[in-house]
Amino acid sequence: MNPSHSSDTSKTITLEDVRRVAELASLELTAEEETHMQRDLAAILGQVAQLNQLDTTEIPPMAQVSEILGQHAGAHTQALRADVPRASLERAAALSSAPDTDGIYFKVPKVIER
Amino acid sequence: MTTAMTKTAMTIDDARQAIASGKTKATTLAESFYQTIAAEDPKINAWLSLSRERALQQAARVDAMVTRGDALPALAGVPIGIKDVLTMQGAPATAGSKILEGYQPPYDATAVARLESAGAVLLGKLNCDEFAMGSSNENSAYGPVHNPRALDRVPGGSSGGSAAAVAAGMAVATLGTDTGGSIRQPASFCGVVGMLPTYGRISRYGLIAFASSLDRVGPFTHTVRDAATLLGVLAGHDPMDATSSPVPVPDYTADLNKPVKGLRVGVPREYFAEGLDAEVRAAIEKTLDQLRAAGCTLHNISLPHTQYAIPTYYVLATAEASSNLARFDGVRYGYRAPQADSLNAMYRRTRDGGFGAEVKRRILLGTYVLSAGYYDAYYRKAQQVRMLLTRDYLQAFSEVDVLLTPTAPTPAFRLGEKTDDPLAMYLADIYTVTANLAGICGISVPCGISKTGLPIGAQVLGRHFDEATILRVAQAIESA
Repeated sequence: MNPSHSSDTSKTITLEDVRRVAELASLELTAEEETHMQRDLAAILGQVAQLNQLDTTEIPPMAQVSEILGQHAGAHTQALRADVPRASLERAAALSSAPDTDGIYFKVPKVIER
Repeated sequence: MTTAMTKTAMTIDDARQAIASGKTKATTLAESFYQTIAAEDPKINAWLSLSRERALQQAARVDAMVTRGDALPALAGVPIGIKDVLTMQGAPATAGSKILEGYQPPYDATAVARLESAGAVLLGKLNCDEFAMGSSNENSAYGPVHNPRALDRVPGGSSGGSAAAVAAGMAVATLGTDTGGSIRQPASFCGVVGMLPTYGRISRYGLIAFASSLDRVGPFTHTVRDAATLLGVLAGHDPMDATSSPVPVPDYTADLNKPVKGLRVGVPREYFAEGLDAEVRAAIEKTLDQLRAAGCTLHNISLPHTQYAIPTYYVLATAEASSNLARFDGVRYGYRAPQADSLNAMYRRTRDGGFGAEVKRRILLGTYVLSAGYYDAYYRKAQQVRMLLTRDYLQAFSEVDVLLTPTAPTPAFRLGEKTDDPLAMYLADIYTVTANLAGICGISVPCGISKTGLPIGAQVLGRHFDEATILRVAQAIESA
């Protein structure tokens, strides 16, 4: 993998790639899942590779529909509401669906070994 | 297509008038829908939970309004179901996933709150593909939904429960969500009306996010008029959703029956290419003839980048999903894997045990296309093609008023038919995904029945915020 040559979408997906991405995504896959995912990701990315048929050098990327609406539909977007303090969820409500709490905080397994 | 006024096709006006006239009580009507659910749902599996207490309290409030002679709101006493990706206080929210098992959200989604403020009786939550990822409702952790028109067939997805509940008469209307076709395609498969409003038209506050630049909330109904009524209740700016639009909300029912004479209907040739079922093609051609007879002019047009829509969608939607679904980590709600001795092990095992195969596949794909070295080649490239696909529509809408296409390439397929082949499954959305990428509005309306009795839907696509025109064309198709 070479970040400076990022247009290479022709290479196939290895098991090693699947494991690396699973780690990035905090997923622990079984050996069987790894094999299936390797096959499926390779097939899907094979389809995605056809996007390279298009020359897009002059085309701006579109992340959001609002970019288009601003230009074409005369619609303005007032994205943010006024920055004023408001009541938030009560602590008890926020904690009520958690798997483990001490009534004040969410509890999780130990993070730092002492 | 005309529908007999049986209970299985009760409209919003039928329900509201029966209550307003005193012919029935809202509480009685709610109970009768719960009886239908008890009788029908064991073979369909559309409902994940019923919110009987909240529904009957609301129905009692409506009955009290009738007794007092108060003016009744637009949806007074109308029984409605909610796709289980929207939060509703007092009801579990699962998103069709094991990872949210036991989650009881402490607030209402804006769309849910607006329905109830308009008098609707919210019956419960509806089955769907896990995190709305699927085209057949077979990815639900709570079992597949069966198509009420043919029980061995899928209802479509991801809002399969929402489409099936209306089709089976288990609700007058329902809410669904549509990220790549998840309202329109199941509406087509189940023979009901399903609408994708313009991006920003309906608030998404309280929607469990899948792909935020694509996700939308919209209604399923028996009739186009009901879709217009619900859109009027649901549409409008919400300070809790920064992507919701301040564009004024018109009365969507006002011009429904205005003649369609003179409207320019575009027929994109790429939507009639290889892979389109012959019976679906015939039904759409008949619909085009009807529109021509009603005075529309038909125009053959081209949307030249159409073949790139599915790969573009699967890069962008999965990239956004990999980010949105990072929040499911076993800490604040839902499932947590037992006996993990470190935080990282807990995250990984919770996510591996809590997510189903399709969700993992999409998280991995999305993580891959966003990872160092691949971002430009996949993610940025797909964003550029998204611009080209959007420009195709903008060009088309400078020449025509609406587009008419099939909603899906085939009628409902069999349960299990495509579960082993994700690429074949993704093609079920081939005519719907592009509207999500471009942000335009669309509606699927029943336009025919196959020889084996399966519904076929026609899709009307329209300009940003021009729901009134697509509703008018859909009304003309429904009345033909």
